[in-house]
Amino acid sequence: MRIGVPRETGEHETRVAATPSTVVGLIDLGATVVVEPGAGERASFTDAAYAAAGAELGDPWSADVVLALRPPDAEHLDRMAPGSTLVAMVGPARNPELLADLARRGITVLATDAVPRISRAQSLDVLSSMANIAGYRAVVEAAHRFGRFFTGQVTAAGKVPPAKVLVAGAGVAGLAAIGAASSLGAVVRATDPRPEVAEQVRSLGGEFLAVEVEQEAGADGYARATSEAYDARAAEIYSEQAADVDVVITTALIPGRPAPRLLTAADVAAMKPGSVVVDMAAGSGGNVEGSVAGEVVVTDNGVTIIGDTDLAARLPTQASQLYGTNLVNLLKLLVPEKDGRLVPDLDDVVIRAVTVTHHGEVLWPPPPIAVSAGAGGNVGSVPAEPAAATPVTAPAKAVSPGRRYAAIAVAFAVLFAATAFAPPALATNLTVFVLAVVIGYYVIGKVHHALHTPLMSVTNAISGVVVVGALLQFGQHGTVVSVLAAIAVLLASINIVGGFAVTRRMLAMFTRGPAR
Amino acid sequence: MSPETAATAAYIVAALLTVMSLAGLSKHETARAGVAYGIAGMAVALVATVALAARSLTAGGIALLAAAMVVGGGVGLWRARVVEMTGMPELIALLHSFVGLAAVLVGWNGYLEVEAVGGAQTTVPPELLGIHSVEVGVGVFIGAVTFTGSIVAYGKLSGRMKSRPLTLPGKNALNLAALVAFVALTAGFTIAPSLGLMIGITAVALALGWHLVASIGGGDMPVVVSMLNSYSGWAAAASGFLLDNTLLIVTGALVGSSGAYLSYVMCQAMNRSFLSVIAGGFGVESGTSASGAEEGEHREVDADEVAEMLAEASSVVIVPGYGMAVAQAQYPVADLTRRLADRGIEVRFGIHPVAGRLPGHMNVLLAEAKVPYDIVLEMDEINDDLATTSVVLVIGANDTVNPAAMDDPGSPIAGMPVLRVWEAKNVVVFKRSMAVGYAGVQNPLFFRENTSMIFGDAKARVEDILKAL
Repeated sequence: MRIGVPRETGEHETRVAATPSTVVGLIDLGATVVVEPGAGERASFTDAAYAAAGAELGDPWSADVVLALRPPDAEHLDRMAPGSTLVAMVGPARNPELLADLARRGITVLATDAVPRISRAQSLDVLSSMANIAGYRAVVEAAHRFGRFFTGQVTAAGKVPPAKVLVAGAGVAGLAAIGAASSLGAVVRATDPRPEVAEQVRSLGGEFLAVEVEQEAGADGYARATSEAYDARAAEIYSEQAADVDVVITTALIPGRPAPRLLTAADVAAMKPGSVVVDMAAGSGGNVEGSVAGEVVVTDNGVTIIGDTDLAARLPTQASQLYGTNLVNLLKLLVPEKDGRLVPDLDDVVIRAVTVTHHGEVLWPPPPIAVSAGAGGNVGSVPAEPAAATPVTAPAKAVSPGRRYAAIAVAFAVLFAATAFAPPALATNLTVFVLAVVIGYYVIGKVHHALHTPLMSVTNAISGVVVVGALLQFGQHGTVVSVLAAIAVLLASINIVGGFAVTRRMLAMFTRGPAR
Repeated sequence: MSPETAATAAYIVAALLTVMSLAGLSKHETARAGVAYGIAGMAVALVATVALAARSLTAGGIALLAAAMVVGGGVGLWRARVVEMTGMPELIALLHSFVGLAAVLVGWNGYLEVEAVGGAQTTVPPELLGIHSVEVGVGVFIGAVTFTGSIVAYGKLSGRMKSRPLTLPGKNALNLAALVAFVALTAGFTIAPSLGLMIGITAVALALGWHLVASIGGGDMPVVVSMLNSYSGWAAAASGFLLDNTLLIVTGALVGSSGAYLSYVMCQAMNRSFLSVIAGGFGVESGTSASGAEEGEHREVDADEVAEMLAEASSVVIVPGYGMAVAQAQYPVADLTRRLADRGIEVRFGIHPVAGRLPGHMNVLLAEAKVPYDIVLEMDEINDDLATTSVVLVIGANDTVNPAAMDDPGSPIAGMPVLRVWEAKNVVVFKRSMAVGYAGVQNPLFFRENTSMIFGDAKARVEDILKAL
C-alpha cells in the first residue's frame, strides 16, 4: 500500500496530514509513504525530516491512499486513480455535491470529521483535537487584540484589575479556552446547557454559571415550557455577562443545524469599548450577531469581533502532529493485520461512520449509533464541541423534585399517623428509633471506602447488643425461656467479642506509607 | 437513683459511645479510637444490664449466664484470631446469622413470657397486649430472615453452596407471597395469639430469608452482605421495641441505617437499583443480548515480558478484583509493589467499589499484606490518572474494567461506572482462562491492542514476575 501526503491545495491551509513522526507510525503499518516536496513547509517540517523518517519524496496523488486536511480541487482529484482512497475533512453533511462527485470518480472517501463520539473512537477524533487547539488559539487571538493584561497586578504605578473572560459552551474548545484564559490569569466564567460539565469547568479554574430554571411539575408540554423558560433565562445571563466581562469566547455548535445565536447586537453594544469577542462558530452562522466569517470586525462602540475560521491552522506544527496521529489511529483500524493491506470492515460502527463513499456509492449519512450523550457528525468549519447537544439516552434514575417531595410527604404522614395512634410508650420508642436512624445515616455517610469492611465488623459487634434483651429475659419465666435466653446470650457474645476482635486485627494492618 | 434509672443512664452513655464509635471509623486516623469507644460502650451496657438482671437471679443462674458469655466470647475471639482475610466475607455473614438467631430467640421468649401465658400474665398491661403481639411477630420475622439469609450467604461465600443464583419460577411472586403471608399471620396472631401462628410466622420468615439470598448470584454479594448487615440491625431494634429497651432501639437503628447506606453505595457502584439486585442476577435479567457477541484475537505474554514492561514503566496502577482474593495473590502483589517502588516507579492501586465480595474487601486484603493505605485509591480518585499510566495490571478483575459498560449501550452492564484501564499505555490482564466474568459479558478489553493477557494462577504468575525482575 502506498500512502500519499500532498501539499495542501487550499491557499490558507498551513497544516499537513502527516509529520515525520506520524510517517514512522504509517510505515509500521506496512505502508510506503510518498510525501510531496514542500508538503510540510508551512508547518515547519522539512523535506529532509520526512526523508529521514523513511518517506519517499514524489507524487502523492498516484498513491492508493491520500491523506489530506481539506478535500482537493478537481484538478488534483483527476490525478487520483479510481478505487483509491481519500482521507480528509470533507464535511459530508455540507457538501453533498462533492460526495456525489467523489462517488462518481470511484474514490473511497473517509471523512475524518465524521468520527462518532464514542470512547473507543476518541483517539481518532479529529474534531476534538482541532477544537482543543482552536480553543487555545481563540484566547491568544483575543489577548492579542485586547489592550490590557489578562492577569491582575499591583504595581508601583497602580493596581491593574484582571480581565474577565466569558466562555460560552464548555465542550473541547470551550474547556481549552477556559484553561488557557485562566492560566493567563484572567477571571474566567463559563456557561453550558449541560450541568454535568460544571465540574470540568471548575477543574480548569473557571466559574460555572448555571442556568437555573424553575421546573414546573406539569404533565403536558413540560419539556417545551422548560426549554422556553431556559432560553429566556440563558439570554438574560448572556446580557448581564456581556455588560460585565472584557472578553467573550463563544463555541456553541449544534450538529447539522446553524449555530445558536447567543449574543445579540444589543448585547455587543452594551459591552465596554476595547472588549473583544471571539466567535468560534462564525463559519456556521455565528453565535454573535454581527460576526463575519474569516474577518475581524470593530463595532461602532469599539468592540472587536473576531470571526476567524482558521484558528487551529494558526498552530500548524501542533495541529499537523495531532491530526497526523489521529490518522495513524484511524489507519490502525483499517489495517488490522499491519501488513499494508487496507481492510475496511463496514460492520465496525466507527469505520462505517467515517466511510462516506465506497464502491461508487454515497454512504452518508451512516445509521445512527446509540451513544450515551452527544452525537457525532459535527461538521462546522470551526471545529468546536456541540454545546447544545441533548443527551440521547438520559440516565433513567433521575427523580423529579416533585416526586421526591411527594415521597417525603407520604413518609412523614405515615410516621405521623403511626406515632399519633400509638400508645405513649411506643411513641417514645418510635421517636428514639427515627432519630437514631437519621444519626446513623449521617455518621456512616462520612465513612471512607477503604474502611467499609472494618465498619461492617464493628456494626456486627454492636448488633450483638441484642444480648441485653436476652439477659433481661433470663431467669424470669421458667426454664424454657431461660434456656432460649442463655443460647441467645451465647450467640450474641460470639458476635460482640468476635466482631470487635476482628476489627482491631484489621485496623492494625492498615499502615501508612513512608512520607513522600 | 434507683437501679432502673442507673441502668437507663448507663444505656444513654452506651448509645453515645456507639455513635462515637461509628463516627471514629470514618477516617483511618481515628478508626482505632472508634473501636475503643465501641468496646467501652458495649462494656457499659453489659455491666449495667448484668447488674440489673442479677438482682433477681440465683447463683446458679448467674453462673450459667457467665458460662454462656465466656464460652461465646471465647469462640468469638478464636474465630477472630484465626480467620483469613480472604475469609472475612464468610465470617461476617456467619456473625450476622447469630444476631438473627438471637433476635428470633428473644422474640420467642417474648411470646412465651406473655402471649403463651394467656390472661394470667402480668408483664404487659392488657391495653398494650396487641402492640406486644405485633412486636413479637415483626421481631421474629426480621430475625429469621436475617438468620437463614446469612446462612445461605455464608454457604455461598465459603463455597459450600453453588454461587449461581437459584431461579425458581415466579420467584418475585414467591417473595411477595411470603410478605403477604407474614402480614396475614401477624394480624391473626395479634387478634388471637397461638403457638401455631407463631410457628407459621417463623417458618415463613425462614423460608423467605433462604430464598431471597439463594436467588442472588456471587458477584452481587457485596450488596447482599451489607443488606444482611442492615437486617441484623433492624432485628436488634425490633427486639428493643419488644422489650421496651432504648439502648437496643438506638444501636439497632444505627446498625440498620449503616447497612442500608452501604447497600446503597454498592448499588450505585453497579448502576443498579436495590430492587433489581434483589430481583435477580445479571444473567437472568438481560438474557444473552450481548454476551459473547464480541470476539477477537487476544495477545498472550509471559512473566518475563511483563517484568520487562514493568521495569521500563514510570508509573504502574494495579487493579485487583475477587480473583486476587481467590488466588491469595495479595502477598506477592505487595512484594511487587515494594520492589517497584524501590526502583523509583510510582505504584498505586485502583479499587472499584464492588471489587471483591464485601464492601472494602480489597482494602483489607492489601492492608493485610502491608500495602500502605495511602497508595490504595478509589475508582474516582484514580480514573483520570489512568491515561498517563505506563502499565496497568488487572489482577482477577473483569466486569469492573469492562469498556463495554461505556461503549456499548446494549451491554447488560451498560452505564455501570468502571475503571478506564484501557486508556493506559499498556494493560496486562491476569486471568485463569478466557471465561467471562460474573455478569456473563465478554470483555472487549482483552482484545484491545494495548492489552496483553497472562494466563494461570495469579499468585504463581506474580511470583514469576518477581523472580524475573
